[in-house]
Amino acid sequence: MTEPYLSATDMHGGYGKADILNGCTLTVDKGQIAVIVGPNGAGKSTAMKAVFGMLNLREGRVTLGGEDITALTPQERVRKGMGFVPQTHNIFPTMTVEENLEMGAFIREDDFRDTMAQVYELFPAVADKRKQNAGELSGGQRQQVAVGRALMTKPSLLMLDEPTAGVSPIVMDELFDRIIEVARTGISILMVEQNARQALEIADIGYVLVQGANRYTDSGQALLADPEVRRTFLGG
Amino acid sequence: MDILNALVAILNFVVIPAASYGAQLALGALGVTLIYGILRFSNFAHGDTMAFGTALVILVTWGLQAIGIDLGPVPTALLALPIGIALCSVFVLGTDRTVYRFYRRKRSDPIILVMASVGVMFIMNGLTRLVIGVDEIRFDDGARFLVSVQQFRAWTGLSEGLSLRVSQAITLAVTALACWALFRFLSRSRAGKAMRAYSDNEDLALLSGIDPERVVRLTWIIATALAVTAGTLYGLDKSFKAFNYFQILLPIFAAAIVGGLGNPLGAVAGGFIVAFSEVAVTYPWKKIANYLGFQPEGLLQLLSTEYKFAVSFVILIVVLLFRPTGLFRGKSV
Repeated sequence: MTEPYLSATDMHGGYGKADILNGCTLTVDKGQIAVIVGPNGAGKSTAMKAVFGMLNLREGRVTLGGEDITALTPQERVRKGMGFVPQTHNIFPTMTVEENLEMGAFIREDDFRDTMAQVYELFPAVADKRKQNAGELSGGQRQQVAVGRALMTKPSLLMLDEPTAGVSPIVMDELFDRIIEVARTGISILMVEQNARQALEIADIGYVLVQGANRYTDSGQALLADPEVRRTFLGG
Repeated sequence: MDILNALVAILNFVVIPAASYGAQLALGALGVTLIYGILRFSNFAHGDTMAFGTALVILVTWGLQAIGIDLGPVPTALLALPIGIALCSVFVLGTDRTVYRFYRRKRSDPIILVMASVGVMFIMNGLTRLVIGVDEIRFDDGARFLVSVQQFRAWTGLSEGLSLRVSQAITLAVTALACWALFRFLSRSRAGKAMRAYSDNEDLALLSGIDPERVVRLTWIIATALAVTAGTLYGLDKSFKAFNYFQILLPIFAAAIVGGLGNPLGAVAGGFIVAFSEVAVTYPWKKIANYLGFQPEGLLQLLSTEYKFAVSFVILIVVLLFRPTGLFRGKSV
């Protein structure tokens, strides 16, 4: 079996003395959507931050496309093809939508206008407001700007930390549709979601995390069908 | 005719002096607001950066004059200004390297950086006095007036005169140019956008690959350029005295806070608001009242000029009480 595109194996670590992650493993293949769900405090966001290098791992390793990136800083990982959308503070509020995208492409030396056109194509609502300050947009549109900003580096792996937090159900469906579209272009997606049921619907692979370790790992549909998972984590 | 005389008097005694003073404050406040936006602390050493930089400009001016270079009607100091800015920037970058960077890396609270800047202020304060002394220095050579009172009277036939000094005209022109260049830089250039991005959201700027140390260096250089320009214009307008620059720190901070800390447009507006309030409150309006047909008992001066700094204090307190983020929605203090 070949190694998956992203593979974070047996991660142990936390912010202080106590570990939050206790042997968590996440893998995502090219073009797959992987979703991390679990109860509050399970270490979902921490696991993603560990993959992105925002947290020192005591144990475990992270590889991207076969290359060991465990020792790299988040900035270096961006250059290796990771894109990260934080849960909050994920835009530049007093800059225009267009400038937000430009800043996303800051590390690129080449012409990024076609990438920008693709982002606008993906998010037409945002394209109409390209000259408006991102801080003045609605919650859903801000999230679109945030995702767009991360896409500007042409990442091969896009990580989203609760992209639908605080947006209405309609906007949430719309965002998930866009995320599926992004995945179809061959970009791997790793996301943490609070709206577990809807997120698992679109997940190729789902991870149920409990206390910093994998409890269940299966395809999204299989997890949704598993009575045990339904009862304990999806509320019946 | 009397109405015209009243208008000319207002222009001559209120509008022109307040506009040039406001322009000097605006340049100073721009530097303060940039440092606040990017480095996230109130730089108390800003006034003494102005003093130190201006002292360097004066030394270079004397040097240029000694080898016989001048700009004709325009003050030689303008030629010395870029050299003064360069020298002062080197010094300020040195303070960043030796003082501020340490606290930045430790991610210290802003108040610790403010206190560190007070220390830097005292050092620059002393250095300026060592380098150039404590006396009043006039270094404005060239022509004195663009329009003199006699000329104006002869042209218009009005009894009230109006003068426009070269230093005032230069102040307004240089400020307009500096603001235009700064705003263009911030809104168009890649480095300027990176500065705004860093000010907006430091963590996201890091994720986007913006080098924070470069942004910080650039900010110091721009703030120093603005400070030295403001200091030199102030010195040309009113003469150089090291202590004055320490005092001007208060109206500069009032201007930056009125406009909204971290907001460059606010800093410019704040500079003019503070200057116009200060001049309007300390100007004796009796003459103008006379022209308009009133015969007031007193001078109609709300506050004597010795108390002009009280105006900045009052503006500062009112803004902080009722609109802490300033008129242009900057960051709250």
